[in-house]
Amino acid sequence: MRLTRRSFFELSAMAGGGFLLKLTLPQLASAQNHAANLLSPDAFVRIAPDGIVTIVAKSPEIGQGIRTSLPMIIAEELDADWASVRIEPANLDEAVYGSQGAGGSMSTPNNWLPMRQVGSAARQLLVTAAARRWQVPESEVTTARGRLLHTSSNRSMGYGEVASDAAQLPPPDPATLRFKDPKDYTILGHFQSGCDNLSVVTGKPLFGIDVYLPGMLHAAYHRCAVFGGRVKSANLDVIRKLPGVRYAFVLDGTIQPTTIVPYEIGLASGVAIVADSWYQAQQARKQLKVDWILPPNPVPSSVELNNRAHALAAQPATHTLYSEGDVTKTLASANKVVEADYSYPFLAHMTLEPQNATAWFHDGKLEIWADSQNPGSGKHLVSQALQIPESEITVHMLRAGGGFGRRLMNDYMLEAAYIAKQVPAPVKLLWSREDDFIHDAYRAAGWHFMKAGLDPAGEVIGWQQRLVTFGDGDHYASGAGIDAAEFPSGRVPNFELSTSTQPLWLRTGSLRAPGSNAYAFVIQSFIDELANAAGKDPLEFQLALLSREASPGSPAAKHPEARYTLKAKRQADVLRKVAEISDWANRSKTAGSGKGMGIAAHFCHLGYFAIVAQVSVNASKGIRVEKVWAVGDVGSQLVNLSGAEAQVQGSIIEAMSHMQQEITLANGKIQQTAFDQNPMMRLRQIPKIEIGWVKTEYSPTGLGEPALPPVLPAIGNAVFAATGKRIRTLPLARSGFHFV
Amino acid sequence: MAIRLTINQKSHTVNVAPETPLLWVLRDHLQMVGTKFGCGEGMCGACTVLIGGYPVRSCMTPVSAVADAPIVTIEGLSADGNHPLQRAWVELDVPQCGYCQAGQILTAAALLAHTPHPTDAEIDVAMSGNLCRCSSYTRIRAAIHEAAAHQTHPKTTASSGATR
Ligand code: FES
Ligand code: FES
Repeated sequence: MRLTRRSFFELSAMAGGGFLLKLTLPQLASAQNHAANLLSPDAFVRIAPDGIVTIVAKSPEIGQGIRTSLPMIIAEELDADWASVRIEPANLDEAVYGSQGAGGSMSTPNNWLPMRQVGSAARQLLVTAAARRWQVPESEVTTARGRLLHTSSNRSMGYGEVASDAAQLPPPDPATLRFKDPKDYTILGHFQSGCDNLSVVTGKPLFGIDVYLPGMLHAAYHRCAVFGGRVKSANLDVIRKLPGVRYAFVLDGTIQPTTIVPYEIGLASGVAIVADSWYQAQQARKQLKVDWILPPNPVPSSVELNNRAHALAAQPATHTLYSEGDVTKTLASANKVVEADYSYPFLAHMTLEPQNATAWFHDGKLEIWADSQNPGSGKHLVSQALQIPESEITVHMLRAGGGFGRRLMNDYMLEAAYIAKQVPAPVKLLWSREDDFIHDAYRAAGWHFMKAGLDPAGEVIGWQQRLVTFGDGDHYASGAGIDAAEFPSGRVPNFELSTSTQPLWLRTGSLRAPGSNAYAFVIQSFIDELANAAGKDPLEFQLALLSREASPGSPAAKHPEARYTLKAKRQADVLRKVAEISDWANRSKTAGSGKGMGIAAHFCHLGYFAIVAQVSVNASKGIRVEKVWAVGDVGSQLVNLSGAEAQVQGSIIEAMSHMQQEITLANGKIQQTAFDQNPMMRLRQIPKIEIGWVKTEYSPTGLGEPALPPVLPAIGNAVFAATGKRIRTLPLARSGFHFV
Repeated sequence: MAIRLTINQKSHTVNVAPETPLLWVLRDHLQMVGTKFGCGEGMCGACTVLIGGYPVRSCMTPVSAVADAPIVTIEGLSADGNHPLQRAWVELDVPQCGYCQAGQILTAAALLAHTPHPTDAEIDVAMSGNLCRCSSYTRIRAAIHEAAAHQTHPKTTASSGATR
C-alpha cells in the first residue's frame, strides 16, 4: 500500500484538557476499485488528563469483532494501556472516517495502515510533549503501556499528564512516523475480549432493535410474498380500528421487475401498520386483506429452474470466461475421463436479529438508527428516494445482530424512512422472522457440469466446467458470477470455464464468502474425485496442481486486480500444515468403515485456508463431523487472536449449516418461513476444532469469510472416504445424507 | 388490563391485553431490551427468561400466565454482571454478534442451578434449543465449563481486556 498524496493530521485541544487527533489520509486502493480519490479514513483518538484513551471505532459491528480490532491497532502503535482504552462507536460520517462499510473481509486490509498511522502519530505527539517538559532529547523518551519514560533520569508520567501540551503541538509529518516491530506487540496478536461484551452479557441496549425513543411508534410492513407484487387495495379501514393502531397506509413501491434485480431493489410495495407496540401492529396485520397486482414475470419455481438449468447445459454456453488449449479434443482422447454434475440451492441469511430500522422525520430532517453493514449507501439511497439532501440526514450506527452480507442492503432503512415521512413521531420498523425469510437477497443457486481428463500418469490434462447460473447473457445476478481465474484455471493446459444464464426475477445477494461458498464445494470436491480416479492421495494431487505455473497471460497468472492473484505457495503451505496437524498421512483409510477424513483448500477475500474434516457416518447416512482442523494464512499478523479464532470457529459451523439448508420456490413464493424449515447447526452437533496459522510476509487481511468455503468440500470428501458415496448435490438431504 | 409482574425482584404493573407475550411487555412496555426477539415462534431461544428458575420462551408466554411468577431476565441475573456465567462469557469472549447470548446465558444459568458440574452431554441437552447464528457454540460450551469450575470461588477481578 503506497500513499499517493500528502497525508495530514489535525490536532485540537479538548475542553477540560487532553487532546484529540484526527487523521486525514489519501484514498487507498480499495477492493472495489472506487473511482478513487480522496478518502479520508480519519480516526479520532482522545486522551483525557486522567490518562483514559478514547478511540473511535468507525466500522459497523456485525459480530466480526471490528469494533474491538481496529481500535486495537491504534492502541498498539500508541503504546496505550489496553485496560485504559475506552472504545466509542462512530456515527456515520464518511467525510470524516472514510468508508464505513463492512463487507468482503476488507476492513482489516484497508485499515491496517491508516489505523497504525493514527496510533503512531498520537504517540509521537506525546513523546515530543514529554521531551519538552523534561528538557531532554526526544530520542531519550520511550513509552510503555500508556506511560512516557525517561530512563536515565528515572522519570515517568502518564499520557494524560502531557496530553494538553501535546494538543498545542503541530501534527507530525506522516513521512516521519515509525511503526513498532511486531515482536514488541503487546496488544495485537493477543487474545482480547470484545469491547461490548459486558453490555452484551448484562442486556444493555446495543442493537438496532434496542432503540427506543420518547413517543416512538412501532411499525410492521406487509409486502407481497411474490417479489415485485404491488398493492391494489387493502382493508385499511378495518385495520385502523384495531387496538393500538395509529396509522395504516399503502406505500406504492419503486421495485422495477428486471431480469437482473439490482442490489438495492428500491422500495417494495406494501401496507404499513403503525401502532403503539409492535405486537399490536403484528396482531392487526393478521386481519389485513390485500389485493395484489402480481408482477408480469413472477419468479419461476425451483423445479422449473432446475429443469431449465439441465436444458441449458445441453446447449452451447452463452459466455466463455476463459479457455486455453483444446479441451474437446483432449477429453475425447484422454486416458480417463471423469464427469460429474454438481448443484447447490438458494440460501437465506437468517441474521438472528431480524431486519429493522428506526426513523424520525422532523423539521425537514431525517434521523435514522440502523445496523446496516453499508450505512453510507443506505443514506444515499434514502436521500435519493425521498428527496432529502444527505446533509439533512443523520445515521446512527448500531451494533448488528448478525450481518453475513444481508445488511449490505438497506431495504429496511429505506422502508423505515418512507414510513417515518408519513408519521409525526419516531417509528421503529421491525420485520417478523417470516418477513426476514421471504424478503431476503438469497445466495444464488447454481449448477456446475464438470468434465476432466487424466493422462496415463494420472495428471489432469483437460478441465471443462459449465456453470449454469442466473442473469442475462454475460451479466450475472448478484453473487451469481464466477471469476475466470478460479482455481485450477490457468493450471490445466486444456481448459474451458463457461456459463449459461437464465433469468430469475428475484433478488440474490452476498452471503458470507459469496461465490466461494459455492464454488469451493464444487471444485474442491471434483478435484478429490480426480485424485481418486487417478489413484493418488488427495493432498499430493492438490499440491501437484498447485506446483504448476499458471500459463502466461491467463487470468490466474495475472488477475486484473493484482491482489486477487492466487499465490500457489501460500495455498500449498496451508495444505501442508493442515495435513501435518491432522496427521493426514497416517489417517486410517479403511474403505466403507464409516469413518473418513477429507481435505480441501480455497483462496478468497485475500485469505488462504485449508481444512481437514474427520467424519463418521452411520448406517442411516447420518453424518457426525467429529473434528475439523483449519489452517489459515492471512498474512504477517493476526489482529485479535480471539476474534480470529472466533471467526474460524463460526465459519466452520456455518459452513455445516449451509450444507443442510435450502430455500425453495413455488408459485412465485419462498417456501421456507421459519427456522425449523431451514435448520442451522445446534450446539450438540458441533465438531471439535483445531486451528493453526501460517505467517507470511503479506500485509494482514480479514477473517470474516475465507475460512468458510473449504469446509464444505472437506466434509464432502471425508464422507466419500468414509462411505464411497460422493456428495454432489446440496443440501445433504438431496444426496441422501443428513447431519446427526 | 392491569397486570402485576415481578421481574428481577421488582414489581411492575403494565396495562396490556392479557395474551400479549411477555417478550413484548418486557421490550415495548418496560423497555427492558436485554431479552431479544429472534423468531416469535419458540424456535430460537433468543427470548429466554427464567421463570421459577426454569428457562422459558418469553415470546410464547402470555403475560397473564406469569403474573404471579418470579421472572428473571438477563438484566437481573446479577447485580453487576458478576454471575460466573457472565464473567466466563466475557473472559472467553463468547459473543460474536451477541444477539443470542442473553438467551444462552439464562439457559445455562438454569442448567448450572440444577447441575452444577455438567458434562458435555448434559450441556448438549440443555443448550441445543438455543440457536446461535454466528455459531459461537464452541465457546459457549467452554464458558459453561469455566463458570462451573468457578461458581463456588468467584474471581473478584473483571477480566475484560485480559491478555493471554
Ligand atoms: S424469539 Fe422466542 S424462541 Fe425465538
Ligand atoms: S453471537 Fe450472534 S447469534 Fe449468537
